[in-house]
Amino acid sequence: MTAGVDVRSLQIAYGRTPVLRDISFSVPIGEYFVIIGPNGTGKTSLLKAVAGLLAPAAGQIALFGRLAAAYGRREFSQTVAVVPQQTSSDFPFTVAETVLMGRSPHLPLWGLERERDYAAAEEAMRFTNVYHLAARRLDQLSGGERQRVIIARAICQQPRLLLLDEPTAALDPAHQVHILDLMERLRREKGVTILMVSHDLNLAAMYGDRLLLLKEGEVESIGPPHQVLTADRLAASYGCPILVDEGPLGGVPRTIPIPEKFLD
Amino acid sequence: MAHRFPSVLRNLLLVTLLLGAVLLAAALFGLSAGSSGVSFSRTLAVLTDRLPADSVAGAIFWRIRLPRVALAATVGATLALGGLVFQALLRNPLAEPYILGISGGAAVGAIIGLTAGLAPFPGVALIAFLGSMATLGLVLFLAAGRASGKDSLLLGGVMMNAFCGALIMFLIALSRNSQTRQILFWLMGDLSLFTYKQLPLLFSVLPCFGVVLLLARPMNLLLTGKENAAAMGVNVGAVTFILLVATSLMVSIAVSLSGLVGFVGLVIPHIFRLLLGSDHRVLIPACLLGGAAYLILCDLLARLLPAGGEMPVGIVTAMIGAPLFIFLLWRARR
Repeated sequence: MTAGVDVRSLQIAYGRTPVLRDISFSVPIGEYFVIIGPNGTGKTSLLKAVAGLLAPAAGQIALFGRLAAAYGRREFSQTVAVVPQQTSSDFPFTVAETVLMGRSPHLPLWGLERERDYAAAEEAMRFTNVYHLAARRLDQLSGGERQRVIIARAICQQPRLLLLDEPTAALDPAHQVHILDLMERLRREKGVTILMVSHDLNLAAMYGDRLLLLKEGEVESIGPPHQVLTADRLAASYGCPILVDEGPLGGVPRTIPIPEKFLD
Repeated sequence: MAHRFPSVLRNLLLVTLLLGAVLLAAALFGLSAGSSGVSFSRTLAVLTDRLPADSVAGAIFWRIRLPRVALAATVGATLALGGLVFQALLRNPLAEPYILGISGGAAVGAIIGLTAGLAPFPGVALIAFLGSMATLGLVLFLAAGRASGKDSLLLGGVMMNAFCGALIMFLIALSRNSQTRQILFWLMGDLSLFTYKQLPLLFSVLPCFGVVLLLARPMNLLLTGKENAAAMGVNVGAVTFILLVATSLMVSIAVSLSGLVGFVGLVIPHIFRLLLGSDHRVLIPACLLGGAAYLILCDLLARLLPAGGEMPVGIVTAMIGAPLFIFLLWRARR
């Protein structure tokens, strides 16, 4: 069976400094896969490597049964879309223009957008509920609206794999859930495979089918949330005592880092 | 189907027609004004073949005014486009060939080439190109890998500019025929020393326009960030390299023919971004036509305003552009 993402013995280094050592994992098509781990353990580097933005020092990445290196540049970006942590620009593109940029991998160098490109962009904007903002400038929107626009752009790209780098880091709880619900719907309705980096262990547990816990550039644990999120493992990885119990929502594990004043 | 998407094609047609008309009008003004008193109606007479090319009016028209207007138009288009490209590549709305010191580097190169007695093409143009690439490399190096990249870029450019200005005066002072006129030409820009024999060199910038125009969509994507562009299928390294080389080349040629004309690349892209948004497929033609018309009109002021003779066109462009730069800097810091 072909996997959406198949990473084998991946190594990443910045100069001489190794960031990721011998990473292997496989994500079935249509899975919601979340990468967690402390700051500086290489989560973003791993995501960038899968996105083709960072060349591996060793190892292989295959997407949908083909080596990533075997894809053409355009073909690759027709298959994979990336939603970065935050997008800022000094240049006043409108929401409609921004979302339409998602069609770029599908268009020739100087091709004008056609009706079906507009249709794809409109559908994407309706999906993330930003169609009413189409004529607004990106820099005039709130953080949550802007992130929905960037996700609409990624959807407009019509990828089979969506890579998300802490897409909700700067948002309030309501917007966090709203954005991640959108991802869940995208996976369910369109069969998109989702690979997400997250700092929020509770959101990771609620949305992720499986989690990958990174520790100092190596895989500490892979599996469903209740397997990965154990108090011992988290304490060892994060270097901080973390309380884990069964949450009130569907038995998904709930995690609370324990402040010093409650320790005794 | 009524939808909320701007029609690139319609905007493109509109921009081309409107600005084409503006450019034509500016060119007619430019062709009809001058100290020799060949008036607008005489200009029209030459243009419509009612006056022969070997008459005095015909000679003034074909040998003096037309080359001058062609020079103003091409240099204006080049500098406006140069500004647009650097702003996209550096993601900094204040970047511009003159402000970044790239024009200065080209001028130093051109003067070295001229002093060495090289032919205008390819000799002088090549050394001017090397000069511009050298300053560009240095400015980019200075600004690389800092949190305050945007400001250190401008700061590096300002210093590069001051250094190149000093080098220009130094080199001219060393040369045998050191004249104030020459120093003024290089430092403030001057369109009056151009002759029609230089037209082929001038028009060699045109292929560069084509290259930039072809890369309009990748430039749009680059504005949203390098990684974004790469994730959207843009070969960021190749596109950046091609754009930098094409832009430095055309700016170097413009500088070696007209000296340092500043701020055109700031004023024109800024106006059109305000009017048209950020899509380069529309902005590039707009900047080409608008920049051409703008420098023709600036040159007209430079020729008509002084009581006797004329002044370097760079004075006019700096008097318009520098205050705009200061305003934009002030607004960006708020």
